[in-house]
Amino acid sequence: MRAPRPKVAIAAVAVAALAVAGCAESDRGDSGASQKDTLVFGVAGDPKVLDPSLASDGESLRVARQVFETLVRPEEGGTKITPGLAETWTPDATGTVWTFKLRSGVKFHDGTDFNAEAVCVNFNRWYNAKGLMQSPDVTPYWQDVMGGFAANERDDLPPSLFKSCTAKDATTVDLAFTRVSSKVPAALMLPSFSIHSPKALEQYQASTIGGSADNIQYPSYAMEHPTGTGPFKFKSWDIANKTLTLERNEEYGGTQKAKLKTLIFKTISDENARKQALRSGDIQGYDLVGPADVEPLKSEGFNMLTRPAFNILYLAMNQNGGNPKLKDLRVRQAIAYALNRQALVDSKLPPGAKVATQFMPDTVEGWNPQVTTYDYNVEKAKQLLAEAGASNLTLRFHYPTEVTRPYMPNPKDLFELLSADLQAVGIKITPIPLKWTPDYLNATSTGTEHDLHFLGWTGDYGDGYNFIGTMFDRQKPEWGFNNPALFELFKKADTTADATARYEVYKELNAEVMKFLPGVPISHSPPAIVFGKDVTGVKASPLTDERFATAEFKS
Amino acid sequence: MFRFIVRRLLQLIPALFGLSILLFIWLHRLPGGPETAILGERGTPEMRAAIRDNLGLDEPVLVQYGRFMQRMFRLDLGTSIATKREVTTEFLQRFPGTVELATTAMIIAILVGIPLGYLAARRRGRLLDHVSVAGSLIGVCIPVFFLAYVLKAIFAENLHLFPASGRQDPTIEATRITNFFVLDGLMTREWDAAADALWHLVLPGLALASIPLAIIVRITRASVLEVLGEDFVRTAEAKGLTERVVRRRHVLRNAMLPVATTIGLLTGGLLSGAVLTETVFAFSGIGAFIADSISQRDYPVLMGFIMIIAVLFVLVNLLVDLSYSLIDPRVRVR
Repeated sequence: MRAPRPKVAIAAVAVAALAVAGCAESDRGDSGASQKDTLVFGVAGDPKVLDPSLASDGESLRVARQVFETLVRPEEGGTKITPGLAETWTPDATGTVWTFKLRSGVKFHDGTDFNAEAVCVNFNRWYNAKGLMQSPDVTPYWQDVMGGFAANERDDLPPSLFKSCTAKDATTVDLAFTRVSSKVPAALMLPSFSIHSPKALEQYQASTIGGSADNIQYPSYAMEHPTGTGPFKFKSWDIANKTLTLERNEEYGGTQKAKLKTLIFKTISDENARKQALRSGDIQGYDLVGPADVEPLKSEGFNMLTRPAFNILYLAMNQNGGNPKLKDLRVRQAIAYALNRQALVDSKLPPGAKVATQFMPDTVEGWNPQVTTYDYNVEKAKQLLAEAGASNLTLRFHYPTEVTRPYMPNPKDLFELLSADLQAVGIKITPIPLKWTPDYLNATSTGTEHDLHFLGWTGDYGDGYNFIGTMFDRQKPEWGFNNPALFELFKKADTTADATARYEVYKELNAEVMKFLPGVPISHSPPAIVFGKDVTGVKASPLTDERFATAEFKS
Repeated sequence: MFRFIVRRLLQLIPALFGLSILLFIWLHRLPGGPETAILGERGTPEMRAAIRDNLGLDEPVLVQYGRFMQRMFRLDLGTSIATKREVTTEFLQRFPGTVELATTAMIIAILVGIPLGYLAARRRGRLLDHVSVAGSLIGVCIPVFFLAYVLKAIFAENLHLFPASGRQDPTIEATRITNFFVLDGLMTREWDAAADALWHLVLPGLALASIPLAIIVRITRASVLEVLGEDFVRTAEAKGLTERVVRRRHVLRNAMLPVATTIGLLTGGLLSGAVLTETVFAFSGIGAFIADSISQRDYPVLMGFIMIIAVLFVLVNLLVDLSYSLIDPRVRVR
């Protein structure tokens, strides 16, 4: 047998190439868009789903914020509640029924009208969810904010906070709740409460989750047809090229039409790769800038924006299952005094980071300037440990690896500093490094075999309960403690209808928490977001609610 | 030859069965579950428990394996826990990227590696030989991510010659048919799309080629040196054949058998081993996706992808076995 000659093989390949060339239809329209009206923005992960009702990951929500609008929205660059699709919102005397006056003349991307009826269709869709729509990984934020549904199908679901929606006329809608809650109306700013086109919801069967509990499949609405009222419309999601393309909504009914014609989100998971892509011109901006890159990129002329800090990094101490000595307040106080948090903030956190005195940043109403503070004091720490008979204390210290969070840019460095501080007052440390997910989060938030660990929280919306309530309003494995008096005070805060009165209770809570000291608040870090040298118009938001509609290229 | 192919394919069945059991047990013995990745630091213990319950993760492993096999018999690999898309859809979206990348790297490695190895052997002990041996040593040693970083710093950041990330410029409106971007561009005559996809392959292709290139140079050099000392080469030269004919027909072809085996093994490795290159170049492929799926404990994706890769690995090596008979007519597959 004679082997085919290379020339024959090359000729065969060439013939095959010619044969495939032109054998399929191009579905390309007239493109030729100028680069100056197209922004490619680098993000760290693919969005999971395009229907924000089903989303909890930051990347899905980032896309949703451009495509959809909510009844109320955070002020640009801040956390205060400002008008969105609703112009005004007022509670009745009981604080359980809220009347929203809606903007008129707004249209969904499919051309249908936005009105009170549409709002009710959306709320009823969430409230009346059945079957797999009640799965906690399908409607996480609804369950987080509203608890349960019209007919709960799981025993562990609480009763729903939401009660009913009434369209009084085309631009007036009443939302009724089962009780007064700190979450209303602030939580309605979350993209998960975005208003969708009722027609599109029905046409693409948005509420029909396919498959089975262990094999969930999203409907086509959630993957291909998100239809909102926002300044951008969904165009395409190219998973094979890790890009998601939005285009300007020419019929936008809000204050300002998008300046960009096309907005593309491109997934680049590696932090260094995002930086290199920006420098090489592949992208014109990216999020989750490494703290070490902030100054170099700024000095190169890139447009570096710093978000107001809206997070907290804390050291948690476990009082149930951890070292029993941690139940002694003096030991917890000693640990707080032992930590040189200012040195940590100065050396390891990005510019603008601050030492935390309590578990919420000072931009949130209810922050208390008068709480007990624990300034760095080695002698006092040693003395307290001696008084508590804990001079030979050994503690397991969990810290995460392979992760960067906005509040925790470099966990290993933080661990080393904190652990050196603790050793300096005579506490022996057993380091337990674990991979962030699932090992670390499991060990610290559901396990009981931990003494010290650090973790943090980034606020979802501008209400104090979202910070301190999330952490301390009931017994949790992360902290272990059971403090009924504190839990009662949280209940009082959550059910105080008057916002000003509620903020006072938050102040009281902050004072109580810092006296009881379940953990040590460490710092608030401002995360950075960067844009190309010629990109302007975007305002950094503490809630990562950056509006790309205002982005433009300097001419 | 037909019986050989059928026999090899039948051997796949017990192999896949064994692999599925091992893989299933191993994956489910890893601590933690997908609920943590789904919920992040926001998950309450109740929500985690509900997800575990929904996914049936607290049932005995055997029961879960039974459910998995039931699906497998229907050729249904299930849906990803993280993305809720079908595992086969995920695979078809991402695998072409890995194949394009691995093919580019292999072409670079073969086109440069074989001639270099051959020349090094012919000029044994001279400068070219020393340079290629030292170069291949560096190629094996240098970490891929470092090479990728350097290549990008020079050719993308400074010279702006090549893109630093992705498979295609997202501003190009390309038609997707097979998700092999170069092929799609050719098929639809979107030449700019094809050229751009090719352009995006250069730097990651070079980075990924470094190790196979180095190995091919060394194997080729050693193999050619061995063949050069064989009696039949001396005989061919003695009977007056020109050097060119001796080189091409006798030396190179005989030296190619071990090289072909190596290429087969390396190609299989590249398909599953491009994790770093894909991550560093933000290249949508299966490597980076599998790595993410491990940390997210996305069992259906891991089971499905690894089973498909195992099948493909066997097929690639079957092709290599078949190619032996083309390279060396004395070899007959039975």
